[in-house]
Amino acid sequence: MDLYEYQAKDLFAAHNVPVVPGKVCTTAEEARAAAAEIGGLVVVKAQVKVGGRGKAGGVKLAQTPDEAFEHATNILGLDIKGHTVRKILVAAAADIETEYYVSFLLDRTNRSFLAMASVEGGMEIEEVAATKPEALAKIRVDAIEGCTKEKATEIVEAANFPADVRDQIVDILQNLWNVLVKEDATLVEVNPLAKTPEGVVLALDGKVSLDDNASYRHEAHAALVDNSETDPIELRATELDLNYVKLDGEVGIIGNGAGLVMSTLDVVAYAGEEFGGVKPANFLDIGGGASAQVMANGLDIVLGDPDVKAVFVNVFGGITACDAVANGIVQAVAMLADRGEPVTKPIVCRIDGNNAAEGRRILDESGIALIERVETMDDAARRVAQLAAGK
Amino acid sequence: MAIFLDENSKILVQGMTGSEGTKHTRRMVASGTNVVAGVTPGKGGQEVDGIPVFNSVQEAVAATGANVSVVFVPPKFTKGAVIEAVDAQVPLCVVITEGVPVHDTASFFQYAQNAGTTRVIGPNCPGLISPGKSNAGIIPGDITQSGRIGLVSKSGTLTYQMMFELRDIGFSTCVGIGGDPIIGTTHIDALAAFQADPNTEVIVMIGEIGGDAEERAAAFIKDNVTKPVVGYVAGFTAPEGKTMGHAGAIVSGSSGTAAAKQSALEAVGVKVGKTPSEAARLVRELLK
Repeated sequence: MDLYEYQAKDLFAAHNVPVVPGKVCTTAEEARAAAAEIGGLVVVKAQVKVGGRGKAGGVKLAQTPDEAFEHATNILGLDIKGHTVRKILVAAAADIETEYYVSFLLDRTNRSFLAMASVEGGMEIEEVAATKPEALAKIRVDAIEGCTKEKATEIVEAANFPADVRDQIVDILQNLWNVLVKEDATLVEVNPLAKTPEGVVLALDGKVSLDDNASYRHEAHAALVDNSETDPIELRATELDLNYVKLDGEVGIIGNGAGLVMSTLDVVAYAGEEFGGVKPANFLDIGGGASAQVMANGLDIVLGDPDVKAVFVNVFGGITACDAVANGIVQAVAMLADRGEPVTKPIVCRIDGNNAAEGRRILDESGIALIERVETMDDAARRVAQLAAGK
Repeated sequence: MAIFLDENSKILVQGMTGSEGTKHTRRMVASGTNVVAGVTPGKGGQEVDGIPVFNSVQEAVAATGANVSVVFVPPKFTKGAVIEAVDAQVPLCVVITEGVPVHDTASFFQYAQNAGTTRVIGPNCPGLISPGKSNAGIIPGDITQSGRIGLVSKSGTLTYQMMFELRDIGFSTCVGIGGDPIIGTTHIDALAAFQADPNTEVIVMIGEIGGDAEERAAAFIKDNVTKPVVGYVAGFTAPEGKTMGHAGAIVSGSSGTAAAKQSALEAVGVKVGKTPSEAARLVRELLK
């Protein structure tokens, strides 16, 4: 889960990474009050989980509370790269002398962690990496040893931070490492890490990504979840414990196992090229060992998407029993009819593996005309693309 | 021959008394695997289908000579379980558990690296099978037979699919390395082992979006693999920034795309199938 800037800064503050006091607001009125409370020059910042806010007009300085109100009015509701601004952060505007960059992130390649630091802060770090790679220090951090004082010193020296800020940044790096480890984050980034004319170093912006697998040991993280941007079908799927991603095509996809489902999306997209560019409408993995109920829930979700013209159920039963899958399909069709929402879209099924013969028999004898069974994955993909195209 | 796992493998199951552990122990035994012990702290002295359960990996190894551990414990106990297997110097530890926090994986992987005695496979993987010899994990034992193809895959169901497509030819070993951001055994490790295995004639490598493991594997193949390799990559239609089921399956910006992986593999002479079935056909052509 990616956090908003204000959430990231709250975590920074909790682990003694110095930040500027601020207030998150959802109305322009609140922004005016926050500016009055903070006093002096403030910055009004759009809270969206995407870069380039400044260029999009989402970050403005305000001399007075009224000016903060005015900026907030303009920024709230703004669309920044497809994200609607629903919250703004009003914070004291720090005087900036120099901007630096520091981050820790999961290093998949080396199966460890990586510290990155640069005296060239303020711009997108990808740009620094591309145009001035020598200005970006990259230091491996051992998962067990962590960012000790020695390691932090090594990072600060490698990045060539000026002598007068080194001690502060050594402390900040160790505290930032604590954010990464204690909050189970996969990324913590401060950009810019700013030095004021008084020589104080502060985190002026922050990015944090949390590991969803670790949510069981962080009760407080549940409060950080914000579903205002989440697709409503995805939300419903999450409630049913289904792994679902909404896409922009016409063929509903249900399969078991992440790899097989990804592969199914691709195979449908290839087949769809023949039929005017028919594409998958979603990713839905019912997982290993799925029961009939899980299959029925999945079909319910996919058929509830108005964009879907035809459905492809692609299952290779390893642990999953194909007879349970077939029963789930038949049950879902009956359940939707009982609910007054009879299925009107064709369902193409390809099932192989564990108990496939029984699964096929159940489907063939179900008497449901909309169910069409096809032997292979490639042929089934072609057939469902054809049906979705209305041909 | 096979890689990592063979007829001499003696398997212990960490978490054998749990429902998943018991279920899959039975499946492993049914496919001819020599499961010698279970480990569940506090349940030492019990048995599962006549297989003795011990309180610790150390005890289980001392009593049975187990040389492979398969881990089925819940995510919150996984790090401790792997560290216990490393401390007992079990040479191979296969972590089936899904949903392990990545900091825990980074930590137990580093621990195993430091010890230098244990190969970790997974987490979030189906395990591995050397058909007819041994089966460590949850891969169905009855899809295929012993044969000449070596398979390494990030995905469980695509592993089964490929085993099924080529079931008449058969496999030396099929290794499911898992789809998490950090995994103990990579494509490269399996490629190196298949290259050295006299019974493997063709290698199939299944990858998916996220990270750069496939690109690195391509570089490795160029310099080190003389056996023919057939590839398949899933996730061409995955949108940027969305996790597709596996925690590691995510395109970030322009990195980790299926297209980049495919072209890296093709650039070193790997034949890449457009669909799993096409990849299977490419293998058949090579073995004609």
